[in-house]
Amino acid sequence: MIVGEQKPLAEIMELLGDARKVLVAGCGTCVTVCFAGGEKEVGILASELRMKSKLDGHPMEVDEVTVQRQCEWEYIDPLGEQLDEYDVVLSLACGIGVQAMNERFPDAITLPGLNTTFLGLPEEQGVWEERCQACGDCILGLTAGICPIARCSKQLLNGPCGGSQNGVCEIDPDVPCAWQLIWDRAVKLGRVDQLMEIQSPKDWSRSRDGGPRKIVREDLRLEDLE
Amino acid sequence: MATAEEKSLPTGSDCLQSARSGSNGSETNGYKSGSNLEKVLSAGHFAVTGELGPPQGADPEHILHKAKLLAGAVDAVNITDNQTAVVRMSSIASGVLAIREGLEPVVQMTCRDRNRLAIQADLLGAYALGMRNLLCLTGDHNVFGNHPTAKNVHDLDSVQLIRMVKDMRDDGVFQCGDDIKGLYPSFFIGAASNPFGDPFEFRPYRLAKKVAAGVDFIQTQLIYDIPRFREFMEKVVDMGLHEKAHIMAGVGPLKSSGMARYMRDRVPGMIVRDEYVDRMLAAIAGIPKEERAARRKAWRETGIKICIEQIQEIREIEGVAGVHIMAVEWEEAARPIVEGAGLLPRPTVD
Repeated sequence: MIVGEQKPLAEIMELLGDARKVLVAGCGTCVTVCFAGGEKEVGILASELRMKSKLDGHPMEVDEVTVQRQCEWEYIDPLGEQLDEYDVVLSLACGIGVQAMNERFPDAITLPGLNTTFLGLPEEQGVWEERCQACGDCILGLTAGICPIARCSKQLLNGPCGGSQNGVCEIDPDVPCAWQLIWDRAVKLGRVDQLMEIQSPKDWSRSRDGGPRKIVREDLRLEDLE
Repeated sequence: MATAEEKSLPTGSDCLQSARSGSNGSETNGYKSGSNLEKVLSAGHFAVTGELGPPQGADPEHILHKAKLLAGAVDAVNITDNQTAVVRMSSIASGVLAIREGLEPVVQMTCRDRNRLAIQADLLGAYALGMRNLLCLTGDHNVFGNHPTAKNVHDLDSVQLIRMVKDMRDDGVFQCGDDIKGLYPSFFIGAASNPFGDPFEFRPYRLAKKVAAGVDFIQTQLIYDIPRFREFMEKVVDMGLHEKAHIMAGVGPLKSSGMARYMRDRVPGMIVRDEYVDRMLAAIAGIPKEERAARRKAWRETGIKICIEQIQEIREIEGVAGVHIMAVEWEEAARPIVEGAGLLPRPTVD
């Protein structure tokens, strides 16, 4: 899932500037699951904004709404009618949701209340870790099911650098060395031979380096059915 | 048959001449690059390389001074590439200055700061300027350096870099497959190996991948655990890797007991046996803390002594073709170490 983290209140206040009427808009999918931008977090942030703006002497009127998915037109379209009332929409969705709102409602200003941090999973309650960089050319079949693009600090494809020790990465003792994990699992699976093959330079054109990406599925396009 | 310019250490103009006359096939007399380091290793001499850290400024005197200290004491000198991710004078530019002092450079090239276009462009330029040795590295992570908020590259990894440099030299092609027009850059290709990193069992195989990718020589991480290095080399020799690439053991003089302790406890990918920390502590026994100069002198003498002993011990290990002496910011130490280890004068190979 997409994992996000709320921006500090001070930064949000600065973003909001002199807005007097604000709609805090949550999203019911990924950011709800990671406790960053669901209905509950919308409620808490809205209260904080009301209190902080009142203490600052310029009370804001803050309303709340949470839609199932801010990244799909059908879920955000119903918001359209009420947006005229607000100076600003503060979205607690990921960056996709924020852009969807700006794209669908060009006359309203939608600002980000979250930092979209990574594609990952909850490792345990309260701990999320990155697992995928959406590189567009999955190599998990070659690396014992552990991604060195997302999890090796140097995105190495041919084994660990010299900075791996006692299972952790040189950048931080809290970061496991991806290549230690890959090696250990390959040993267990009896697939060490796979790691001995030289992996060629990666085709980064399928990642962000090739420009913004787009998928067109002709088999699914509605106009093709007509 | 060696040409005139290959008989002595290269000077700037010699190297330019050599670059113009070509360095593929017969022009290098059967050598891959014709570098002094390649010739010394190929002739079976126990080779010695040193290390030179460029300045965090633009003063050429810094390089020229250090190069004078190292010239004649080593067969070639590594010039670091933004080591520890701190911005310094470029390795290639520093190499040009080193050549002026009669010192042959080993250009270090990391994958951290350049993508495949930038690396290949720099390799063409480095060759044109007389560089003949190249060390292919991943690079220290940028979080350690003085620009921790920088975007890192890692378009290639070190194994892929080795292969690219080899293909440029042997097949005359860029990484994309296009032909190089005219002269190919023909480097003697090096890489690093860390016998002390984890997973320990993977390390010889990682080295094997570098050999398969086309590396000519290897310099190891600093060795302060000879038994573990010996274990690593046994595996390397079993796999026959020492016959395909020249393995140079990395050593370096300790400067103080604090440095020994720091490397033992804090530097990822390093193992320092307690005996070295203890010997450095013993070196200053009885010298009061206030007598800083006396402590420094005692530490440095012991550091050099230990390094010499290590070289003598490592030299006996099967498969070791030379030593790489890392005395960064202590370039003065190189000559007494090489001399103390009985490795002077350095051989000249025609």
